Amino acid sequence: MSEFAVELQDVVKRFPTPEGGEVYAVNHVTMQINNGEFFSMLGSSGCGKTTSLRLVAGFEWPTQGEVYIQGLPQGHTPPFKRPVNTVFQNYALFQHMSVEQNIAFGLEMDRVQKTEIKQRVGEVLEMVKLSKMERRTPRQLSGGQQQRVALARALVKRPQVLLLDEPLGALDLKLRKEMQLELKALQQEVGITFIYVTHDQEEALTMSDRIAVMSHGKVLQMGSPIEIYERPNCKFVADFIGTTNFMEGTLNSLEKDQALVYVPSLDVEVQGFAMGSVKVGDTVAISIRPEKIRLAENAKLHQNCFQGTISTTTYIGSDTHLIVDVNGSKFKVWEQNKISSLEPEAYYTLGQKVWLILFPENTLVMANE
Amino acid sequence: MLKRFRENKATQGTLLISPTLIFMIGLLLIPLLLTLVISFGRRAPDGTVIYDFSFDNYIRLSGIRTECANGAAVCFDPIYAEILTRSLTLAFNTTVIAILLAYPLSYFIARAPAKKRNTYLFLILVPMWTNFVIRVYAWMMLLRTQGVINSVLGWLTGLVGLSFTPLEILYTPSAVLVGMVYEFLPFMILPLYTSLEKIDLSLYEAAADLGANRIRTFLRVTLPLSMPGIVAGTILVFVPVMGTFIVSDLLGGRQIVLVGNLIQNQFLIARDPTFGSTASLVLMSLTLIVTYFYTRKFGFGEEIISA
Repeated sequence: MSEFAVELQDVVKRFPTPEGGEVYAVNHVTMQINNGEFFSMLGSSGCGKTTSLRLVAGFEWPTQGEVYIQGLPQGHTPPFKRPVNTVFQNYALFQHMSVEQNIAFGLEMDRVQKTEIKQRVGEVLEMVKLSKMERRTPRQLSGGQQQRVALARALVKRPQVLLLDEPLGALDLKLRKEMQLELKALQQEVGITFIYVTHDQEEALTMSDRIAVMSHGKVLQMGSPIEIYERPNCKFVADFIGTTNFMEGTLNSLEKDQALVYVPSLDVEVQGFAMGSVKVGDTVAISIRPEKIRLAENAKLHQNCFQGTISTTTYIGSDTHLIVDVNGSKFKVWEQNKISSLEPEAYYTLGQKVWLILFPENTLVMANE
Repeated sequence: MLKRFRENKATQGTLLISPTLIFMIGLLLIPLLLTLVISFGRRAPDGTVIYDFSFDNYIRLSGIRTECANGAAVCFDPIYAEILTRSLTLAFNTTVIAILLAYPLSYFIARAPAKKRNTYLFLILVPMWTNFVIRVYAWMMLLRTQGVINSVLGWLTGLVGLSFTPLEILYTPSAVLVGMVYEFLPFMILPLYTSLEKIDLSLYEAAADLGANRIRTFLRVTLPLSMPGIVAGTILVFVPVMGTFIVSDLLGGRQIVLVGNLIQNQFLIARDPTFGSTASLVLMSLTLIVTYFYTRKFGFGEEIISA
């Protein structure tokens, strides 16, 4: 077995535009996906994630570079000769076939024996909890059930890599959450490499071992969910994953990863933790997540402490979401409601003066792009 | 009154279909019943109908004779059976050729960029702006001994220095078949196109992804999903070919007699509306029986109709 399940080496995919020009759907992408990994490609529409997946599936061929599956260069290998299977966004189920026939289709194409087909279809139906539905047609199933058929149809072929193109996109929120956990459990059970395309950052964080954040055909950052969330390497990633507060400033000094940034809007120097490659003199972005800002009624320190006024409070049950105005700069702050209380004094109130404390290790300094 | 009308769906429905209903009763059901009555009548010497209840016309059409040349008590005159068989064979052949010609074309149009599809469909419909009979005459110009096809062939063989005997195409069964296919091809293309166009492109990708090459994708996915189009097209081609008489009249030179020609002759030349009515009813029953068994096997192409 090769070291990597799938490898993209400096892959470029250009498409002609109707105006006669060319557009880079995938722009020099290199990534290695390990065996047995749940790997997600995350980005907004048009970022190149689906094209990358289609390059692995064989529906598209790279303009430049090479796709390797289990160490073998794929070149112009057609989809039906690749050891991968796809779960399509709209499921792409054959409406003229029953659930059973849909799932058996891929095995019939491989000329698997009839008795074995029957046995494997039965197994996979049980795995996706669709036993007793095998005689129905896709039209007679709910969205979630159709999704399972699509999954079963791909899994029954025991591919080395399963490609999933926003498979939960059409489901409602509750079902989507359920299916996320089920998919993750299923992936661990079968041990197949999953490559999962999604625009939903929460979904990617919940399910993935590693995530590649993509934008404009390029991979901006690749790493575990914790790395991506806690150590975003640029402004785009910090903004795309979760919620954050940004300040803009000039990097005044840098010692190892301890950065001092002058922030003109507050007219102070902020101490932070440098991410990626930033140089003294650069215009940089400072990001701090709303749940990582500490609120206090008094502050003893001067570094990274700012006094402000609460301009909005929103009680959402587990947390209270506040907006604090510091000399015209608005900071989102999320306070956990740790104490069960009906007393108004237990909560921050509108117009209250508070201190914001930005601990340097939570205050990330990164490239402003 | 108006309020009641708005609230009562049944009244609304009845009122909405009543124009069509009146039309169908007055111009289809009543004439059909008249035809039935006349078919049991007898022809008077002056060509009018004597209303009666005799099966003479049906016996005559069946070909069973009691007055035989060789003196036998009962014999069989195959002339009408031959006409019916010829019509059925022609309708069948026309339909099959139309499917074979229309399928690749419809597939091509359905897969063309959306902007071009309308242009292609428009081009297919353009000939239909010309009168049906004129189009048949145009085929006579093409097919006759001194016609376009023979002239071109003669010129081409002349170029390479070979002698050429003009082909006798006009007034043969082939000419009738060509004319029929040409006239009814659009009725096969349009429903086929509709069903092919509705097939989601991702289904082809799914089939390829699951290991099917192009041929197996066609046989297992494209063909079954386009069946409604084939069924609808077959009904739209088979039924009119069974009854048309102009094409065989003009391109067959009155030598190729189909059921349509037989009926026309009975009404206009032999002036025997009773036998004409009988032939009409038998034609209709035959067509209904064929389509009944066909649709029972393949459905009605409902997906096309509901699209």
